[in-house]
Amino acid sequence: MEETMVQKLSPKDFKSDQEVRWCPGCGDHAILNAIQRALAELDYDREDYVFVSGIGCSSRFPYYMNTYGFHGIHGRASAIATGTKVANPRLSVWQITGDGDALAIGGNHFIHAVRRNIDINIVLFNNEIYGLTKGQYSPTSKMGAVTKTSPYGTVENPFHPGELVIGAQGKFFARSVDNNIQLSQEIFFEAARSEGTSVIEILQNCVIFNDKTHAEITDKAHKDDRQIILKHGEPMIFGKDRDKGLVLDGLKLKVVKIGENGITEKDILVHNATENNPGIHLMLANMRYPNYPVALGVIRNVTAPTYEKAVETQIEKVKKSSPLKSLDDLLHSGNTWKV
Amino acid sequence: MATKREVIEKEEVVIRFSGDSGDGMQLTGTLFSDSAALFGNDLVTFPDYPSEIRAPHGTVGGVSGFQVHLGHTEIRTPGDYADVLVAMNPAALKANARWLKPGATVILDSDSFDEKGLEKAGYTSDPIEEEKLNDYNIIRVPITTLTRKALDGLGLDMKSVLRSKNMFALGIVYWLFARPLDHTIKYFETKFKKRPLVVEANRRVLHAGYSYAETIEALTPTYMVSPAEIPKGTYRNINGNVATAWGFIAAAEKSGLQLFIGSYPITPATGILEELSMRKEFGVKSFQAEDEIAGICTALGASFAGSLAVTSTSGPGLALKSEAIGLAVMTELPIVIVDVQRGGPSTGLPTKTEQADLMQSLYGRNGECPVVVIAASTPSNCFHYAFQAAKIALEHMTPVLLMSDGFLANGSEPWRIPSSKDLPSIKPPIVKEGHENFQPYARDPESFSRLWAIPGTKGLEHRIGGLEKDAMKGSVSHDPLNHEKMVKTREEKVQRVANYIPEQEIEGDQTGDLLVIGWGGTYGHLITAVNEMRKEGYRVGLMHLHYIKPLPKNIETLLGRFKKKVVCELNLGQMASYLRMNFQDHHYHQVNKVQGLPFTVVELKEAFSKILNEE
Repeated sequence: MEETMVQKLSPKDFKSDQEVRWCPGCGDHAILNAIQRALAELDYDREDYVFVSGIGCSSRFPYYMNTYGFHGIHGRASAIATGTKVANPRLSVWQITGDGDALAIGGNHFIHAVRRNIDINIVLFNNEIYGLTKGQYSPTSKMGAVTKTSPYGTVENPFHPGELVIGAQGKFFARSVDNNIQLSQEIFFEAARSEGTSVIEILQNCVIFNDKTHAEITDKAHKDDRQIILKHGEPMIFGKDRDKGLVLDGLKLKVVKIGENGITEKDILVHNATENNPGIHLMLANMRYPNYPVALGVIRNVTAPTYEKAVETQIEKVKKSSPLKSLDDLLHSGNTWKV
Repeated sequence: MATKREVIEKEEVVIRFSGDSGDGMQLTGTLFSDSAALFGNDLVTFPDYPSEIRAPHGTVGGVSGFQVHLGHTEIRTPGDYADVLVAMNPAALKANARWLKPGATVILDSDSFDEKGLEKAGYTSDPIEEEKLNDYNIIRVPITTLTRKALDGLGLDMKSVLRSKNMFALGIVYWLFARPLDHTIKYFETKFKKRPLVVEANRRVLHAGYSYAETIEALTPTYMVSPAEIPKGTYRNINGNVATAWGFIAAAEKSGLQLFIGSYPITPATGILEELSMRKEFGVKSFQAEDEIAGICTALGASFAGSLAVTSTSGPGLALKSEAIGLAVMTELPIVIVDVQRGGPSTGLPTKTEQADLMQSLYGRNGECPVVVIAASTPSNCFHYAFQAAKIALEHMTPVLLMSDGFLANGSEPWRIPSSKDLPSIKPPIVKEGHENFQPYARDPESFSRLWAIPGTKGLEHRIGGLEKDAMKGSVSHDPLNHEKMVKTREEKVQRVANYIPEQEIEGDQTGDLLVIGWGGTYGHLITAVNEMRKEGYRVGLMHLHYIKPLPKNIETLLGRFKKKVVCELNLGQMASYLRMNFQDHHYHQVNKVQGLPFTVVELKEAFSKILNEE
C-alpha cells in the first residue's frame, strides 16, 4: 500500500517570484512574513488560498504570495473576496486592505461583508495615513493630525476599526502590531480556523509618511506597560512586571495594580473571546493609551452561521423539493399551449 | 350566450386597461393576455406604469396602463392606438384619450366619474365633451356599485371588495371578445388555494361583469379575432427579464458551470435578479449586494473562482459599475453585464423605455476599454442573446454588455419554447492540473482568448489585477511598449469575436431605395412599418443590429445595396454616430424619439415616406 504523503508546506513555499517593493523598514514586510508562516501551519493546500486586495501600499500583497491572487480596485476587495468565497466556499480567502481602502472608499463593502459573516479573513493594515498617494490623512488618522491635506490638522473624528466591526455584528476581531510577528502569526492561524468574517487590525508603521504613529505603544521601552495581549481563558494582566490588570468598575473597565488596595490576581477579569454579548469586547477594543493599555490578540471570536454555507443549504433544500429537475422542465413550467 | 350578437371579424385589435396604480391593471392585462395566448392569438403586451408605487390617488400621474395587441396575423408591436380602452377613473381617460382609434370603444367606471374624481383628473366639464369623444362608443358602467352588489353577503371587507372591481372590467372585456373565463378562474384557484373566499369573490365578480355585458345592449358588436397562424410547437408567454434570466440558466447548463448573479435592485432590471433568486433548484447563487459596485465586484470575484458570472442593472447602475468593468477588461475574466435601459440621464424616467446608453456601453470607461456589446430586440429573444452573451464571455474571456430596455423587460409575447438539446455547447478555456508551462496571459492564436486557471487547481497559482499586465506572464509591467501591445491586443480580441458571430441579415427587400437601420427593442415597430411600406409598393429593407461591438463583417456591403439609409432609435442619434464613425462613406438619415415611449408605426411610416420622397 502506498501511503499518501501530505506534503508539509514551509513559509518559503508561499513566496512568489516577484520582487517585494515596499519601502525598506515598512511594517508590511513583517506582516507578509507572519502570514507566510501562519499559512504553512494550516491544513489547506497551496492552491486553495486566494489573496484579494484593493488599492494602496498593502494591496500589493497578493503579488508577493505564491497563491492565487486578485489585485482589485480601490475599496472593492471585500466585494470581490465575497464573490470568490460564495462561489467556492472550499477556498481559504484572505483580503488584504488598508485603512483608506477598507474604511473610506470601501467602508460600505467592509461593513456588509462583516454583517453577512462571509468566511473571509480581512487583514487591515492600519497606518493612519494614505501612503501610496504620499501622505494624506485617512479615516483612522487621529483628530488634529497634520498631513498634506490637513496642514492645519484634521477636524474629524477617526473610525476605530474594532468598534466598527462590532457595530456591524462582527464575530471575530483581533489586533496586532506589525513588529510582533509571533503574535500576528498566532492570530492569523486562529482567524483562518474561525468560521465567518475575521477582521485583524495590524497597527502598521509607515516609515515615510507617518513614522512612529503607533510608537508610543509599540516602542520596546514601553510596550509591555502600554499593551495588553489578551488570551482566551486567561486573566487580563499586563505590565513589564505583570503586576497590572483590568477589572470592571461599575460599567467601565479599570486598570488596577495587583497587590495594591487588596487586589489579588483573582480579582482580575478573565478574557472570554467567545462570549456572544459584545459589551466587554467593545470596551476592550476601544481601550486607548494613556488611560488604558491597547488591547492586542484575539478580542472577539464567536461562532455563528456563515452566509455561504446558508446559501448552499438553501440550494440543496430547494433542489430536493422543486418539481423542476432540468432546463426543459423550467422552460415548460407554468402555462403553455400547443400549436 | 343566448343573446344574438353582431360579430365583427378583426385581423387584430388593441386593448388598453388603465386605472389608478392600485387598481390592479397590470394583473388584469396579464390575465387577459394569457387567455388570448391560450386561445391561439399572437400578441405583444406593453405595461406602462408610473415610477411611484402609489402616486396620488386619482391623478393622471398615478395612472397605470397595460396594453395588449392581439391578432389573427403575426403581431410585432403592442399597437399604436387602442380599439378598446378600459378606464377605471377620469384620470385614466385623461391619460389615454389621445391614444384611441377614431370611434373606439371606451368602458368607464361611471362611479368614479364624480365631481371629486373629475377634479383630480383636471376636468372642468363633461370629460367626453372635453376629449371630443362624442361619436365614440362610450359605455358607462357603475363598476364599483355592481362589484359591491355582486359580493353582497359574502362577508368580505370593503377593501377587498373594491380590490376585485378590476375583475368586473375584465369580465366585460372577455364577453366583448367572446373568450372563456376558465383560465382566469383557474389562476385564482391556484394563487389563493388557501383563501377560498378570495377565489369565490373574484369568480363572482368576473362572472358578474361577463353577464352584465351580455345583458346590456350597448356592447354589441362583439369583436372576433381568430387564432393566428404561427409555426407549430409548444408556446408560452414570456417577458424580457425572465427570458434573460433563463438564457443565463441555459448557458450555465451548457457550459457546466455554476451561475452566480451579483446585483442590486434597480428598475426596470430587477426582474432578472428576482427570477434568478427563485431558481435555486438549478444551483444559481444569487447575491443581492449592498450597491451596484458590489454587484459587479462580487460577480467578478465569482468569475475568478470559476463561475458563470452575471450582473444586471440599468443606466445609473451601469455608470457605477464602469470602473469594475475596466477591471474585468484588464483581468480578462468572463462576465455578462446586463443593462436594461430606461429614460436618462441621472434618475431620469425609471419606468420608461429609452436607448440612450449605447455610447455609455461602448465607451463609458477610463482608458481604452473594449467590451463586446450585444442587444436583444424582442422580449423572447432576450433568451437567445443572454445565452449568446454568456457563450461569448466564457469562450473569449471577455466582459460582454447585454443591452435590453424597459420595453423588452416588461413587455411579453408568446414564445415557441426551444429544446435544451438544440442549444449550442459552450466551451470555456479552463486549464486543468498538470498543464505544462502555464502562463496566465498566453493566448489562443485564433480568438486571442487567454486561459482560465481556477483557484483550487494545483500548480496553476497566479496573480491577476488591474495594473497593466505583462503580455505573457500576466505579472505587473510598466514597460511602455508592452502597454501599447496590450491595449491593441485587448481591442483585437474583442474585434475577433466577429469571426464567431453570424453575418448581418436584412429583412424585407434585399436591395432598394431605403435601408432602415435599428437596434434593440424598436424591432417590432420597425419591421411592422417596413412591411407596411412594402405592401404600399416601396422598396424597403430592415437591418436590425444585434451584435454592436464588434459589428458583423458584412455591414459595409449591405449598406451599399440601398440608395438611402435611415437610423431609427430612441435617443438623439447614438447608433447613427457609431455607424458614421465606422462606415464614413455613407449618408445616414435619422429618426429619433426621446419621450420615454416606443415609436409608433404611424410616425415611422411618415418619416420614411418623407425621406423617400425628398430628392
